[in-house]
Amino acid sequence: MTTASTHSEPELVEFDDVVARFDPVLGIEVHVELSTNTKMFCGCPTEFGAEPNTQVCPVCLGMPGALPVVNRAAVESAMRIGLALNCEIAPWGRFARKNYFYPDMPKNFQTSQYDEPIAHDGFLDLTLDDGEVVRIGIERAHMEEDTGKSLHVGGADGRIHGADHSLLDYNRAGVPLIEIVTKMIPDTGARAPEVARAYVTALRDLIKSLGVSDVRMDQGSMRADVNLSLSPSGSGQLGTRTETKNVNSLRSVERAVRHEMSRQAGVLDAGGEIVQETRHFDEATGHTRAGRRKETSEDYRYFPEPDLVPIAPSAEWVEELRGTLPELPWERRKRIQTEWGISDEEIRDLVNAGALDLVEATVAAGASSQEARSWWVAYLAQQANTRSVELADLAITPEQVARVIALVADGELTNKLARQVVDGVLDGEGSPDEVVAARGLKVVSDEGELIAAVDAALAEQPDVVEKIRGGKVAAAGAIVGAVMKATRGQADAKRVKELVVERSSL
Amino acid sequence: MSASDLTRLTAAELASRIHAREVSAVEAAQAHLDRIGAVDSRVHAFLHVGTESALASAQRVDAALADGAEPVSPLAGVPLALKDVFTTTDMPTTCGSRILEDWQPPYDATVTERLRAAGITILGKTNMDEFAMGSSTEHSAYGVTRNPWDTARVPGGSGGGSAAALAAHEAPLAIGTDTGGSIRQPAAFTGTVGVKPTYGGVSRYGLVACASSLDQAGPCARTVLDAALLHEVIGGHDPRDSTSIDQPVPDVVAAARQGANGDLSGLKVGVVRELGGEGYQPGVRAAHDASLRRLEKLGAELVEVSCPHFEYGMAAYYLILPSEVSSNLARFDAMRYGLRAAEGRSAEEVMANTREQGFGPEVKRRIMLGTYALSSGYYDAYYGQAQKVRTLISRDFAAAFSQVDVLVSPTTPTVPFPIGEKVDDPLAMYLNDLATIPTNLAGVAGMSVPSGLAEGLPVGLQVMAPALGEAVMYRVGAAFEAARDADEGGPLIARVPEVTA
Repeated sequence: MTTASTHSEPELVEFDDVVARFDPVLGIEVHVELSTNTKMFCGCPTEFGAEPNTQVCPVCLGMPGALPVVNRAAVESAMRIGLALNCEIAPWGRFARKNYFYPDMPKNFQTSQYDEPIAHDGFLDLTLDDGEVVRIGIERAHMEEDTGKSLHVGGADGRIHGADHSLLDYNRAGVPLIEIVTKMIPDTGARAPEVARAYVTALRDLIKSLGVSDVRMDQGSMRADVNLSLSPSGSGQLGTRTETKNVNSLRSVERAVRHEMSRQAGVLDAGGEIVQETRHFDEATGHTRAGRRKETSEDYRYFPEPDLVPIAPSAEWVEELRGTLPELPWERRKRIQTEWGISDEEIRDLVNAGALDLVEATVAAGASSQEARSWWVAYLAQQANTRSVELADLAITPEQVARVIALVADGELTNKLARQVVDGVLDGEGSPDEVVAARGLKVVSDEGELIAAVDAALAEQPDVVEKIRGGKVAAAGAIVGAVMKATRGQADAKRVKELVVERSSL
Repeated sequence: MSASDLTRLTAAELASRIHAREVSAVEAAQAHLDRIGAVDSRVHAFLHVGTESALASAQRVDAALADGAEPVSPLAGVPLALKDVFTTTDMPTTCGSRILEDWQPPYDATVTERLRAAGITILGKTNMDEFAMGSSTEHSAYGVTRNPWDTARVPGGSGGGSAAALAAHEAPLAIGTDTGGSIRQPAAFTGTVGVKPTYGGVSRYGLVACASSLDQAGPCARTVLDAALLHEVIGGHDPRDSTSIDQPVPDVVAAARQGANGDLSGLKVGVVRELGGEGYQPGVRAAHDASLRRLEKLGAELVEVSCPHFEYGMAAYYLILPSEVSSNLARFDAMRYGLRAAEGRSAEEVMANTREQGFGPEVKRRIMLGTYALSSGYYDAYYGQAQKVRTLISRDFAAAFSQVDVLVSPTTPTVPFPIGEKVDDPLAMYLNDLATIPTNLAGVAGMSVPSGLAEGLPVGLQVMAPALGEAVMYRVGAAFEAARDADEGGPLIARVPEVTA
């Protein structure tokens, strides 16, 4: 059988052309590292970023004689994820061993639920940007343990082949993982990349709302593998799929699907066949590349894990956990939209800006939703951008933002002064009230002081006074500017303007 | 009392003298260390003798007793030989394998911890077939252990070291593990007592796994009471072993004492039709017939029962065990501990070379068998079918135990065989465990008690009881032992010849 090699890049087909002639079929597997305090089968901590090999014990190092014990908190997290995804919870299920040799896997088998998942047959409804709702079928969510990490030194691309030596860190070995697998997602056509991204986004938000994982794709606590195949339009024949791994951001999910569609179409157009293989997404090029080909297919020799007893959650336990499910992200959005009276587009902007939680907290601290939204998506978003941090990582709390808004509402600050106060807070000068006091930022509300300043400005620009008297009220702007400058911006500009008109007419 | 007399005492007798401060724990330890020094070059029961740690442990017991404290356990101060398959922080743990040569574990097994907490003096680690795979201790990477009854013969296996240490009076107590007979067959071959508790009765944490669903740690001793005393020390729930049973240990000491009164009237003893006929040596059968008559004389009612699926036990066992072995032993890859082959340009090559050099032929055979049995396309035909047989064997036991209190059979089909006779004939070797394997497959309890001699060599009686039915098993074992000793004018072990170097 001769095929177009997957190693030489085929001609990429234009995306529009791909969807005109092919139907993509998606399948997405997402691994989520649970943020339990301890690992899946031992008491070691799971914290990210510790010194290599400091969070290990005989169990997660696979020492001879050590035995696993299932982490109850991980089982609860898995069940809550399953329930939130509208899955059935299996009343009985065993772990299995997936056997293969790799240095970063201490026992040379991975303990995984494999074919007896704790949750199965659910769905997740996505709302796309134009409001269309797509239902993604969930095949299963199962528990397993993570592997350690290998660092290959001296080779190309950090790969094991060609490396001089490898360093192994087992801190991650045994961290609880939930693998969530969709059913086949057909009929998405040109929207396949968008649907893939929307699914991973929705899943991330859902899991975050459950509080069971920090779902940081950049730190690997959430990882997506994208399966994709193409079939000739309308043929209904399933094509051969590839599995693209290492897709580590939401944007990459979309790009990987888009690229893989163009690449597969290119292979098929050239008369080749798609090879069922694992591919890796390259962030830099936006392309997928074939993993090393194995001469023989993997045989993982699965069998039930004899060191563990089956997981058999009682109906009461399942119901108890169902009762702990928080307001789910989409329900919350609907509620907030109604409460604040904002459009679909406005709420989506808030979500996309990562501002929803912050605005909600600011409102909870007493601000109006209108003002709170305006601060977070405008001035603060701009500050975050300037300072190259995430909005949520700005050095200001929603409560402080609410305080600034209150000071403006009370007439204590102008909007311009308020921005200076916020700058002070962001620069670490203290709370809004401390910044106000320290910088002496206060609206000049002494009428006599203002009148004196206006009169002084008018006296300096008699020509302008003439214009105002002649009915050119717009000319007052120059005088207002001068007064604001003289009061270092601490005057209420609206009142100044009134005074300018009043005093110039005397 | 002379040092050699101390090594002849039972554990219970020795304990009572230590606790009465007639003998110190250090003297008891030293007497056994001396005995090991005198005979172990011939027997080779031990792979490692921890002289200093043993004496230090004994000193702590003596110091506490001198302070007027109660003994921390009924066996405080009594020496013990520990099979080299349990992790120990103060001694190497090799499992009889080159791949773990000199490996010093960073943690103690639960069994080790419980022995230490009970003030038991751990003398050292005993020889075994590599990773507990074998029935003769010839598959140890560190040389064969000899049977004190006839040093040209094997002591059985895999726990030949523990059993031989008892028979050679190098220790009054030992710990073994039993996956298909590795406690009971060596007990039968050495004229000692060996107990395989109910699966889950003793923690497997720190017991280097052979086959997880079959392995069970248990007590070895020269008397049923001593085994019961040790059983109570090591038994009971352990949260670190998920398969450990969360129930109290059956009151085996009381049962053993009750049994020693010698009355079994009202008890029904099932004689398993499928265990004991064809394939069993005439001498073994004769000893077994005598044992049955003795049980009857004690008042037990003998009932012949049939366990029709036992004949498939051996086949099922040699699919399930290698399958689990192939996975359990995958961790020995030179990456974190143990032997590392010098040669190899990649991690994969180092792994392969290490495993090639570090494992012996029997271990390799079983890894290959298991790898094959679990392979895609063969799983259902092999592993899947074997699990079904396992269920059928469990049902046979359930049916039998609905009619009788215990089951009995010869422990082994033969008497101890000459060293070298079966080492190159795996199938002949595997047949040693014909009668012991069914209990492991079903997870029920079993024990071997000395029943007599055939051709001058020891024969064992196997007593089997339902899960957590150890009390009745110990009662029957103790009654049988008392009657045999009374009839024969003393314990069988008293007739073991003196080992000469």
